[in-house]
Amino acid sequence: MATATVPKSKISGGSFLLEARTPHEVFTPEDFTEQHQLIGQTTEEFATNEILPNVEKIEHKDFSVTRDLLKKAGELGLSSVEIPEAYGGLEMDKVTAAVIADHIAKYAGFATTWGGHTGIGTLPIVYFGTEEQKKKYLPRLAAGEIVGAYALSEASSGSDALNCRARAELSSDQKHYILNGEKMWITNAGFADLFTVFAKIDGEKFTTFLVEKTFPGFSIGAEEHKMGIRGSSTCPIILNDCKVPVENLLGEIGKGHVIAFNILNVGRFKLGAMCVGGGRVSLENAIGYAKQRKAFGKVIADFGLVREKIANMATLIYVGESLVYRTVGLMDVALGEVDKSAADAAKQTLKAIEEYAVECSIIKVWGSEMIDYVVDETVQIYGGYGFVEEYPAERAYRDARINRIFEGTNEINRLIITGFLLKRAMTGQLPLMPAIKKLMDEVLSGPSQSEELEGPLAEERKLVAQAKKLGLFVAGSATQKYMQAIQDQQEVMGAIADMVIETYAMESAVLRAQKIAEQKGEAAASLPIAMTRVYLSQAMEKIEAAAKKVIAAVAEGDMLRTQLAILRRLAKHEPFNTIELRQQIAGKVIERGKYTLA
Amino acid sequence: MKILVCMKQVPQKDAPLKLNESGTWIREDVSYEVNEPDAFALEESLRQKEKHGGEVVVITSGPARAQQVLREALAKGADRAIHLEDNAFVGLDAFNTARAFAAAIKDEQFDLIFTGLQSDDYGYAQTGVVLAELLGWPHATIIMHIEKNDAGIRVKRELEAGYFQYVDMPLPAVLTIQSGINKLRYATLIGIKQAKNKPLRKVTLAEVQSAIGANLQKIERLYVPQKTKNTEFLEGPPAEVAKKLVDKLRNEVRVL
Ligand SMILES: Cc1cc2nc3c(=O)[nH]c(=O)nc-3n(C[C@H](O)[C@H](O)[C@H](O)COP(=O)(O)OP(=O)(O)OC[C@H]3O[C@@H](n4cnc5c(N)ncnc54)[C@H](O)[C@@H]3O)c2cc1C
Ligand SMILES: Cc1cc2nc3c(=O)[nH]c(=O)nc-3n(C[C@H](O)[C@H](O)[C@H](O)COP(=O)(O)OP(=O)(O)OC[C@H]3O[C@@H](n4cnc5c(N)ncnc54)[C@H](O)[C@@H]3O)c2cc1C
Repeated sequence: MATATVPKSKISGGSFLLEARTPHEVFTPEDFTEQHQLIGQTTEEFATNEILPNVEKIEHKDFSVTRDLLKKAGELGLSSVEIPEAYGGLEMDKVTAAVIADHIAKYAGFATTWGGHTGIGTLPIVYFGTEEQKKKYLPRLAAGEIVGAYALSEASSGSDALNCRARAELSSDQKHYILNGEKMWITNAGFADLFTVFAKIDGEKFTTFLVEKTFPGFSIGAEEHKMGIRGSSTCPIILNDCKVPVENLLGEIGKGHVIAFNILNVGRFKLGAMCVGGGRVSLENAIGYAKQRKAFGKVIADFGLVREKIANMATLIYVGESLVYRTVGLMDVALGEVDKSAADAAKQTLKAIEEYAVECSIIKVWGSEMIDYVVDETVQIYGGYGFVEEYPAERAYRDARINRIFEGTNEINRLIITGFLLKRAMTGQLPLMPAIKKLMDEVLSGPSQSEELEGPLAEERKLVAQAKKLGLFVAGSATQKYMQAIQDQQEVMGAIADMVIETYAMESAVLRAQKIAEQKGEAAASLPIAMTRVYLSQAMEKIEAAAKKVIAAVAEGDMLRTQLAILRRLAKHEPFNTIELRQQIAGKVIERGKYTLA
Repeated sequence: MKILVCMKQVPQKDAPLKLNESGTWIREDVSYEVNEPDAFALEESLRQKEKHGGEVVVITSGPARAQQVLREALAKGADRAIHLEDNAFVGLDAFNTARAFAAAIKDEQFDLIFTGLQSDDYGYAQTGVVLAELLGWPHATIIMHIEKNDAGIRVKRELEAGYFQYVDMPLPAVLTIQSGINKLRYATLIGIKQAKNKPLRKVTLAEVQSAIGANLQKIERLYVPQKTKNTEFLEGPPAEVAKKLVDKLRNEVRVL
């Protein structure tokens, strides 16, 4: 139960790279309040009792079932935690939003629909709507009476969305904007009522409009035939002299990019939470299958190579939870400082969330790549049955893949991670440069006595400190070489992002295990500690590889050799016995039949 | 109608159980949930309240963690809660639990008290019945349906082999509720949010201490049954196999 310490004071975004954190500064699933737990339970029951029995119908695009479910979700309150009370919402914290996303993700087809509706389909109005727009649309969106969608991408501009072709012109009577153009891959389009559409006024000023499906000149194209999430609707929309009343312009003229980027920012953590939820289900299926499938006279759950996969999956779910809930915990503290009665409350809220843009992008990239690993190994455990439609592994495998593409591709998000950190460093918001300089001086002055850490997980905390140093070292070498032009070195930016991602994941895993150990004793923390060790082992390998890649590109000759020597020193550690650790993890989760930490 | 619902927190159905050190009960570090029949009892009380008005009060005994079942009940629509909070309540037998409840509600006037048919952990199926006796009220067990009328209530009891019994009862009364008699509602988020502000009265062990005594029932030893799987195939023509089987049942297993 949540007796313990949860973070209370605001921590700057990205600062995890520079500062050591204590367990009391992070929020973990062990810190859920009674309320969070009950909401998790309601969501879980809703998913199990209402969504899962309808999967077949939804997969075959019977969207009347989907609409009913959205209505039911609305009645339960699952779709309105991020909507202010004044507009029919529940106005709850981001931990709650993550808990719901996590547990509703048992079936990706519906989760995508729900996420599109409650996130990108609703939040633009929450954050940028006028009083009238909020009053008109939010209560009905909250209740699931109308369904929202978000139309930014076009056939020729997805990542490069600002480069869109859709246009808007003010009508001669100045009462309407006339929109023309085509949007592509719009989630929920087949049955949505309200679309947040981006178009350029006079072909120049990128602007956002709230377009109802009944507006003249608005039509919807045919459903895409998709690899996965077939239970969601994805269609183009066509604007043919579409008449949008001027009062439906959202935000400011020419400021559509503010809406476009912020809305994706504020939504990414939920995509990560859904990946964790989806991963948990896949793992449960894999264990269930492995426990009953016999080969060579044994159940395959007895084979080391199968157990290793199961242990890896469970470890990733643990790390994913740690990452997601730590980050939403950070947001909630920052949001707690927002003056809700202020005129610019929405703006302050956005700013508080944007503070953690790096962390949110990390969650998005890490979560989507994690679930791809999990569903892939699930197929593998199912063997031939993993490849056929009758078993759940095949659909989960297809469904997971989209997560690396939408809400900003993982490449774009990697660039955001490094780019954002560098930008903050340049403006002095994040004292990255002094930290780099200090480290450079330290490492160049030769091997130093590394400080000894004490207490639970001392060795693991030391590894995290090493990972941070490696990141600073590589970032330092790379910025020295490229200066501002580093932005053009995408491979270097990507490698640095990988190091940052792994560092944040490592630290989140360690701090959570440490917190459990401190509160419940080391025996109760044995599984989290084992998972942390397994994860640290593989993360350090990735970090080292990324570091080598960058160093080899930025240095040569003697310099290269010096830098590699530093790198080796910073990365030096004794390996954990991960075979034994994975056996221990697998033993417990296989016995339990699903992801567990006890 | 004013209804009290007794709710218990029990280990989750699929939770792996480990014995405690003295081998008398399970270790505390498992996940818990609402005892299944109690959830149906709560649902039934809420439906009765919706039909006839009144109040639904929920009561539980157990350590701090047990409060979760009360919050869940409040979130689903119960009006207030009573928590007999102490670790010692976990070890009470049904008689003592009923005595503690009776003491905790001595200043209240209920028309009906619901309990679940039995708890999924101890499985005594006694608390409700004993409580009725202590209060001097009539009771009926394994209730499938409740209809209020002018004289009191008419209830449907489940008997063996698909038979049912209908009983007319005066109020107040104690009913033990069967699982599956209605469709459970969800705790809505607004309900969960409001539950935080509903009254929850805490009762200490000291307050009810004088009402309870030494346990009359005691678990001496709890153990996991040893798996002694020993499958033997009897072969031969049917008549011969039947003969061998009877012989084994009579002389080896001694059940005939
Ligand atoms: C099922 C589904 C649902 C969707 N739902 C919505 C929705 O509701 N609303 C909406 O507006 N859009 C939606 N999209 C569109 C989605 O957001 C885009 O597909 C995505 O942003 C990628 O854009 P793109 O397809 O044009 O790919 P491109 O931008 O053409 O990218 C192709 C490849 O190039 C890489 N790339 C692009 N630019 C760069 C760069 N600068 N540096 C390095 N690499 C780069 C990308 O990472 C990618 O690997 C959806 C898409 C799908 C498939
Ligand atoms: C599209 C398709 C085409 C096929 N075509 C043919 C064909 O033409 N002819 C034909 O005969 N078969 C064919 N197969 C069957 C295919 O060869 C089997 O699916 C494959 O050998 C795996 O066997 P399985 O499905 O029984 O999985 P299992 O053997 O049950 O394996 C399940 C999991 O357990 C692991 N595992 C099993 N045993 C051990 C062990 N001892 N130690 C460690 N791990 C173990 C596996 O690696 C796997 O991860 C086909 C299958 C598919 C899907």
